[in-house]
This record gives sequence, structure tokens and C-alpha cells, in this order.
Amino acid sequence: MAESAIAHDHGVSHGAHASSTGLSNNKMGMWMFLGSECLLFGGLISTYMLYRGRVSSGPQPNNIFDIPFTSVSSFILLMSSLTMVLAVSSAQRKDDRNTNLWLTITALLGATFVGGQVYEFTAFYREGLGFTTSLFGSSFYALTGFHGVHVSVGIIMLMALVGMNRNNRIPGDKAEVVELIGLYWHFVDIIWIIIFTLVYLIPS
Amino acid sequence: MTIIERPSTEVAIAGAVPVGVKPSEALGVFKRPAASSSWRDWVVTVDHKKLGIMYGVAAFVFFLIGGVEALLIRLQLIAPDGKVLNADQYNQMFTMHATTMVFLFVMPMAAAFANYFVPLQIGARDVAFPRINAFGFWCFLFGGLFLNSSWFLGGGADGGWFMYAPNSSTLFSPSHGVDFWTLGLQITGIASLTGAINLIVTILNMRAPGMKMMRMPIFTWMVLVTQFLLLFAIPVITVALFLLTFQRSFDATFFDVASGADPLLWQHLFWIFGHPEVYILILPSFGIISEVIPVFSKKPLFGYPVVAMSGAAIGFVGWGVWAHHMFASGLGPVSVTVFSMSTMAIAVPTGVKIVNWIMTMWGGKLTFAVPMLFAIGLVTQFTIGGLSGVTHAVAPSDTQQTDTYYIVAHFHYVLFGGAVFGLFAGFYYWWPKMFGRQLSESIGKWNFWLMVIGMNMTFGPMHILGLQGQPRRMFVWTEARAGEGLFNFGFWNRISSIGSFILSIGILLFIINIFYTHKMKKGALASNDPWDARTLEWMTDSPPKEHNFDVIPQINHLDEFFHRKYEQDSATHSVTQVHSADEVMAELNAHPDEHIHMPSRSYWPILLALSLPVIGYGLIYNRMLMAVGVAMVLLTMFGWAMEPATSPDEDFDPPESGDTHAKELVPHG
Repeated sequence: MAESAIAHDHGVSHGAHASSTGLSNNKMGMWMFLGSECLLFGGLISTYMLYRGRVSSGPQPNNIFDIPFTSVSSFILLMSSLTMVLAVSSAQRKDDRNTNLWLTITALLGATFVGGQVYEFTAFYREGLGFTTSLFGSSFYALTGFHGVHVSVGIIMLMALVGMNRNNRIPGDKAEVVELIGLYWHFVDIIWIIIFTLVYLIPS
Repeated sequence: MTIIERPSTEVAIAGAVPVGVKPSEALGVFKRPAASSSWRDWVVTVDHKKLGIMYGVAAFVFFLIGGVEALLIRLQLIAPDGKVLNADQYNQMFTMHATTMVFLFVMPMAAAFANYFVPLQIGARDVAFPRINAFGFWCFLFGGLFLNSSWFLGGGADGGWFMYAPNSSTLFSPSHGVDFWTLGLQITGIASLTGAINLIVTILNMRAPGMKMMRMPIFTWMVLVTQFLLLFAIPVITVALFLLTFQRSFDATFFDVASGADPLLWQHLFWIFGHPEVYILILPSFGIISEVIPVFSKKPLFGYPVVAMSGAAIGFVGWGVWAHHMFASGLGPVSVTVFSMSTMAIAVPTGVKIVNWIMTMWGGKLTFAVPMLFAIGLVTQFTIGGLSGVTHAVAPSDTQQTDTYYIVAHFHYVLFGGAVFGLFAGFYYWWPKMFGRQLSESIGKWNFWLMVIGMNMTFGPMHILGLQGQPRRMFVWTEARAGEGLFNFGFWNRISSIGSFILSIGILLFIINIFYTHKMKKGALASNDPWDARTLEWMTDSPPKEHNFDVIPQINHLDEFFHRKYEQDSATHSVTQVHSADEVMAELNAHPDEHIHMPSRSYWPILLALSLPVIGYGLIYNRMLMAVGVAMVLLTMFGWAMEPATSPDEDFDPPESGDTHAKELVPHG
């Protein structure tokens, strides 16, 4: 909830002296927020690791995961980190056209990933794994669902950024705003690498 | 005369007429709110001092609500076969008492002091994210109101403040109380998280030139440690609360033992948050009395770096002791041994602090003003609570004490005798700075002594009751089973209940003191430095002006203000006053900064915060309402993002002199 608020807050440059650490307030705030997010996913991942083998009814994790499919969607999400870097680099060169282009592509890649997740959830549900089926089901959907919501929030922020950039309504240091959203985006990608490894690749 | 640049009718206070002021319409959806002297100004304010006062007032109201709940509990237990509450109401009462006191009083009251005094202590004009600061306050207020609205909507939560699952599932707690509890704490959690990010960045990034970390006042240090604890503890409780919400509202199986769930999952998640939480509650008070004791001992704090670092050590070790709340749950001998030892270890940095406070007083010129009394009260009462805490670290003894009144005695000594006494020391110490008048010392002394006597009468007998085996959450006792002689349940319960009313009179005297000081105007007008204090917040007006300092001071020492007033003879180490406080300030303010941009007011924080309880009610009653709440969140976030924190220069009309750097100049003060 707080993320876009932090990303867009620019109360700093005016009224205050230069920052004591040299890092801008916004960037430090974003790093603090991401530090806090580590514990959020830490809690969810721990819950999943505790419960993944506990299947009182419904499918087992090893039977249900379609690893090739999820590998492709993971690859797409990782590629979006590359396009995000290109967007940040364009923003730093004050190249508005390319910034918007790369931001849009990043959002589209993210949307593809979320679409893949929706497809995957639907397929799992058809195979009999509901949110309430078993401890494995509850903890799997909670963990990957939280990640999916984070990607979706990221997409909203990217699209908002493109819209605001087109109308020249980004207050403050534009390149830094893009970079902050980028930090969030990379963080969400890194979390996915951990989730993909622990949930899908390591058999329970 | 200082000049503030702002697109506002700020001058309403000064009584002049604003000239050429144009609130921003170019960006954002709403017209930017202009300043006014009415209540509206409090709704849209982003000023850290106003928000600090609002935190304080709201937290104090919740303190009174939680206090009434406590009195009802004690009334129920004053006599055998109590009829004041039935078992169900009793469960709700102790759950909501604890929740209110922890989440809606001590935490936000510490936030009140942190908000108000951290920027002043580090020589900043505001916090790093003023609008997020306002958002945090409104989240806390609306979250607290949401939580308490459960009283009128089917009853409060009834699972105890740690709400152990599966006892908190819909089977055992069918009312909506627990739903209000999980969602309400989720909303106040957002307040804590945003507040933590805001204050950490403020402290690390906005210190006055020369204010190194090891020159920061101890209160600021303790706030920094507390905010780091919050930053990492809040997301863990967030996960636990989400799991419980999913369990209760969407039939997830996380705590469903029939499907193989582990009941310890909730306990671990809760206490990984819950143990850092107790340091979140106590460290700000440690910070407050570390300011008070040196001032009233006329000595610098003994071992400043040790006090700062032992605070940080408590912050680290605080993460490794959570399972001592679970010794009776069958963790196994290795876990119990490890957590037992780490719990004994954390007593060391706490003991170090106590030694430092005593050594600060040792050989000092003590004045027993009310803030000092409360500070000494903390040192003594907290030490008693700390010693009973060490007995909990011994696992076999803890197994005997678990869920008895002995635990209740322990945590009230550390939380009431510790945290609350520290907050009261803060009230009396900083009151003249915040409101420009001195609270009455004579009423204050009555306030203090009634609170000390009351709390020892209330919580002292609980040690005996607990060791005799009175269970923590027993709602009624009978004469037949009360026992005889010195260890008679009835006798000690009666003493405890009478004590709680003495304690309440003490707190009532504080409210009377405020009325006496302000309504009856009996309190003396406060000078800028009434206590001859040592830190920066006293180097400005009482109450401080909106931009805090006309000039941001250059910091050369720990206790900068003291060093500007006093000089030490290097040969004899004797200290002589060379300047009065007013002289120091006059010298500092001889050339005030001319172009001070203060952050502009905004509607968005309160609107965004207001949409969160809408989601909460929607989740409980109607999913359509929830969708409305989510839409409100998205809309308000967009509005927020479009609005610059400080109005852009275009919103300031150029001054008549034609100077393009200085925009609208509003005379102030």
C-alpha cells in the first residue's frame, strides 16, 4: 500500500538541508521498505515450507507443477528486469520516448507473467487443488498469490508512470522515480527466483 | 522576522492579510488546501509537531478506554463470584484491554514523542516524508476506531492479545470480534510500518550539519532502534494476521488441526513479532529517561556510547528470544536451552542501562522535579519487573509460572512501571516545550506518588497470586477455593483491585493538571529552556515555530545546547555558565534563513487512510463494499502521486521586489 506513496513522495529537496548520508530520502525509504518486504515473504515462504508436504486431500505438489510452463513464465519475468534496466538507463539520459517504451514493455512482460499465473491457478483448480483443499493448497496460493499481487501493483505503478510521464506530470527528479520503481520491480523478480526454486524446483 | 515561503494563508495566525497567495490547482485533483486556524488545518496538516500532538491526544483517549476496561476486570475480581461481567464479556475485556494498551496507547504515544521531538533533536525542519507521516497517523486513528467499533457490532475480540490459533478460529470465536481485531491491527500496522520508514530516513538523512550518529541525543537513538525493530517485526505479524483472516473469512486451512496444521505456526509467527514488540514498547521510554536523568542530575549521561550501543544490542538480541513465550508448548530441550540462554543474555544490556542511569545520578546535583520522579520511578519499578523477567528465563521455573498471574505481574511492572512511567516522565519534561506552560509540580507530585503506590498495590500482589496458582485468565473466584492465611486469594485480589482505583486517581490527576494549567491558566508560562536542558529541542521557542529553527545550527558536540551555554575549565574540570539560553538563541537567530520551504498541506493522507477501514468493513460484511474500498485506495494513491509534496515554484507568486529566487514572501512571527 505504501509503496507507490513512497515512490512518488518528493518532500525532500525543499526546506531541508542536503541529506546526511548522500543517499536521497526517497531512495533510502524505498530500500527500507524492501527490507521490510523481505520479512513479509520470509514469513510466507516459511509457512509454505512447513506445510508443503501436508496434503490431507487433493493433489501432491510433485504431481501438479508444470515445470516447463512455469520456467517459461519465470524467464519472461526475468527478462522484464532487463527491460526495466533499459528504462532506467533511458530515463537517466532524459530520453522520454525510450523510457516510456521500455516501461511499457516491462509492464507487458509483467502482465504476461501474471496472465501465466492466472492460467496456472485455473489449471490447478481444475485438477482439484483449491485454496481450501489442503495445507499445501492454502500455503501455495497464499505465497504465490502475494507475489502475484506484488507484480500487479508493480504493473499499475509502471503504467501510472508512463501516463504521468506522457503528460509531464512527474514531480521532482524523473530519473530517480523510474529508478525507484525499478528497485521495487527487481526486488519482486528476485523474490520470484527464490519462490520458483523452493516451490517448484526442489521436490518435497 | 523570519520569512517563510509557502502557498498558504499561514498569516491567519499572525493576523495579517495574505497577499497574492494561490494554492496549487495545476497538479493534483483537488485544490491544494490552504492553511487556516480552524479544525480543518489539523485534518490536512503535514506538520510533524501537529501530528505528534494528534498522536498524543488520540493515544491518551485510547489509554482511558483501555483503563476503563482494566477497571472492569479488577471490579469483577474484587469479590468472590463476581457479577460485573460474564465469562464471555470478561474474555473480550482482557483481550481488548491488552490490545488497546499495546497497539493503541504505548506504541502511538511513543510515536507522538518521536514525531514531535526527533526532528527537533536532530535539527531538522520536518520529517523526511511529511505526507506519509500524516497518513500514518490517520491509519492509526482509523484502525483504532475500527477495532473498537467491534464493541457495537457483536462484541470485541476474545482470544487474548496473542490470539492463539486455532482457538481464534470461527469455531471457538464465532463473533466478528477477531475479524475486527485482525483487520484493525493490519491497518495500525501500516501506520507503524510507514512511520518506521519515515523516522529511520529522517534520522539517518536529515541531521543538522555536524550531527554525527554519536552526537545524537539518546532519545533519538532509541527511536532509531525502535523503528528498525518495527520495520522488521511488523511484516511478520502482517503475515500472521493475513493467514488468520484467510482462515476465518475464506476457509483456508492454515490453523485447521484436522487437516494436519501445526498449532505452533501461529505462536512462532506471533512471537517473532511479539518479542521485538516488547522492546518497541520499552525502548522509547528508556530514551526519554536517558534525557531526563542527566538534566535533573546536572551531569552528562554516564557512558553515552554504552547506553546507545546497549540499546542497539537489545534491538539485535531481541530477535533471538521469542520462543521463551513458548516454553510450555513442548518445543524440545535444545530449543528451550537456547532460548533460555539468549533470554538471560538480553538482561545484560538492559542491566547496563540501569547501571548507567544510576551512575549518572551518582554525585549529581539532583532536583526532584516531577519528570525526574517518574524517571526514577521507571528505574526502580522496571528493575523489579526485570528481575521477575529473569525468573522466566529459567525454563523450569517458567513452566510453573506460565499462564498464571505471576506473568501478569511481570509484564505490568515492565510495561506500566517501565514504559508508561517513561511516557509520563516525557509528558512532564516536554510539556512546557510543546504547549508553552509548566504543568503544576504539586499536582504532578500527587500524580506520581498515587501512581507508584497504586501500581505496586495492583501488580505487587499478583506475584503472590500467580505463585499460588491463580490462572491468568480466570474470570471468577469462589470463597470456598480461595485458601487461607497470608495466601488467601480473596485478600490479595481485593488489595489489587483497590490499588487499581488508587492508580486511576493518579492518572485522573494528570488530566486535572492539564485543565488546571491550561483552562484555569494556573500554570506558569514556560521559558524556552525551563529545565536548563542539554539538547537541541530546547534551543527554540516554546512552543516551537512551524519551521522549528530560524537557522539550522552547526553541531560540534554531543549535548550541543549545553556546550553553548557552559564552558568547562580544562584544568579543574569545573563547569561555568557563560551564556544564558536566551543569549544562545539570540546569537543563533541573528541572521535567520530567508528562504524556508515547508511541505504543503494535503487532503490525500486522510483520504487514503479513510479507505482502509472501508475495505475492512467490506471484508466482514459485504464484498461489494470491499471493492469500493479498493477503488478508493487506487484513486487516492493516484491523486497523491500527482501532487508534489511541496508545491512547485509556479504556485508562488513572485514578490514585488522582482527577486526571482524568493517567491511569495509571507511575514511570519
